[in-house]
Amino acid sequence: MAWFETRGLDYRYGQGPLVVRGVSFGLERGRLMAVIGANGSGKSTLLRMMAGLLRPLGGEMRLDGRALAAMPARARAREIAYVPQAALPVFPFAALEVVLSGRSPHLGAFGFEGPRDREKALEALEAIGAAHLAARRVTDLSGGERQMVVLARALAQEPRLLLLDEPSAALDLKHRAGLVRALARLRDERGLTAILVTHDLGMVGSTFDRVLAMRCGEVAAEDAPDRVLETALLARIYDEPNVRAGRIDGRAVVWVEA
Amino acid sequence: MNGPIKNAGRVTGQEACPTPNLPPPVTARLARALAVLTVLLAGAVALGLWQGTERLDLTKIFSNPIARALFFQLRLPRVLTGALIGAALAATGAALQALFRNPLADPYALGVSGGGALGASVALALGWSAPVLGIPFVYVAAFGGAMLAMAVVRAIARTGVITLPGALLLAGVVVNLTSGAAMLTVQYVVDPNSALRMLRFMTGSLDVVGLDGVWRMAAILLPALAALVWFARPLHLMAIDEDTAATLGVNTHRTELAVHTLCSLVVGLAVANGGAIGFVGLIVPHGVRAVFGEDVRVVLPASLVAGAAFLVLADTLARTVLPSTELPVGAITGLLGGPLFLWLLRRRQRYSAI
Repeated sequence: MAWFETRGLDYRYGQGPLVVRGVSFGLERGRLMAVIGANGSGKSTLLRMMAGLLRPLGGEMRLDGRALAAMPARARAREIAYVPQAALPVFPFAALEVVLSGRSPHLGAFGFEGPRDREKALEALEAIGAAHLAARRVTDLSGGERQMVVLARALAQEPRLLLLDEPSAALDLKHRAGLVRALARLRDERGLTAILVTHDLGMVGSTFDRVLAMRCGEVAAEDAPDRVLETALLARIYDEPNVRAGRIDGRAVVWVEA
Repeated sequence: MNGPIKNAGRVTGQEACPTPNLPPPVTARLARALAVLTVLLAGAVALGLWQGTERLDLTKIFSNPIARALFFQLRLPRVLTGALIGAALAATGAALQALFRNPLADPYALGVSGGGALGASVALALGWSAPVLGIPFVYVAAFGGAMLAMAVVRAIARTGVITLPGALLLAGVVVNLTSGAAMLTVQYVVDPNSALRMLRFMTGSLDVVGLDGVWRMAAILLPALAALVWFARPLHLMAIDEDTAATLGVNTHRTELAVHTLCSLVVGLAVANGGAIGFVGLIVPHGVRAVFGEDVRVVLPASLVAGAAFLVLADTLARTVLPSTELPVGAITGLLGGPLFLWLLRRRQRYSAI
């Protein structure tokens, strides 16, 4: 049995069709997995189920042998962190306050964050090159900067499993690279496991251990990046005949012919 | 030479961007807020007890039975009622702003006070005054009215997981207008005596007689406020990001239900005792935020104390500003809060769609 496992996950919104159908996969501890697929293929829905924000209609998820459905919310929050696509903030919290909120599952019932939590929050910002944002108001930040703040919050949560929903979409080249480096380092140093939904196939080939390709709510492929980033498979997943996959220095590279 | 090299390792001549200071730890902010505001509250209560149509004369209270009666039957109950209601409305405002992620949420603006006033009026008109389990029926009716108003406003503003900020405020306006119209209708059918008492629910006034009512209100209000403060942490996480609060271990449904019920209870009690006093829940939390920062775990308890001080001061002003007569305190808070609401609305439109 794999460290993290899903079996036969189903989901539909309201009375609509199933947007996730029978999704089963396993992931070992300390691996980075990318979830790829066309828009509407069910990637984000799958991720939100794993984060506990949507309750699966059918199937189950297990972390380290324990059923997620049976885990109390706070215990689950100490194991799994979720990075959403950054929403617009309403109140002008300082970025550090937002990052500190990630410490919440580790505090006692009436506890406030202490100096140790503050240190961890600042470390988390440092780890992704966003230390300079700590004192800024989140309402004044750009989309990419806000994305880094929610990312830092998830790191401050010190989860064993990190779930990220297109975290690189709003990031510039430097911070995208920084994100990938930070994930790889946390994997190597602390055994972090991460599952990341992305359209950025360039990032996938170089760093990730596994790729889960979704098509129409089902798993189309689940394998090492080299074996998923193949011309024929990608053409089928994205329904785009001009997509090409090749190798540069042994790494998978993907582009689209005009 | 220009002296020793500063900022070694930086690009020559380039200063670091000026960065604002980090916010102090939340515990330090909370302690400071509570210390400052408790002093303010003590001062407000002292001023409220001293100032009035006749200034307080301590020697007379001991010697003159009429002066003593006036103090214990009118002045003291009025100040205590003001403090309790101010705490209730301000804490509710802070909680609702976090719950709805809307800085303009306020029990008065959202029609929750109006619903409570209507409930209390209907109880009055029907002559149902017998206590239920020792609780005055007017309290129960005001609680029911507030609960219903809040349910309507929430149901209209909520689509899926998102609360639409504009729809929330519009729903509040309509609930307010409707309960106002319903109260006018009831007022026309009842006898003049009840009609006069109903007018009090509508304008908001703190002219109470005797301490019995104060203890009755405090016995329910204080535990309810303590419970509301207990929810400050989940509300803080929801104010930061409602969508992901659940992934930090917050039971968002339970928090919503509890805060909805507690706010309705607290506002119902406030309205049954002092009528619909406007905008305390807007003015006070915004003042507290401006001084002590955004953390709801600070803003909620601090608003509770600051609200008590604020309403006592506002009522002292209402009692003394005109030499010939006493104003209802609702007139003062409305005149302060209305313009603040409009100013916040204008400022908010700049950075997010309402």
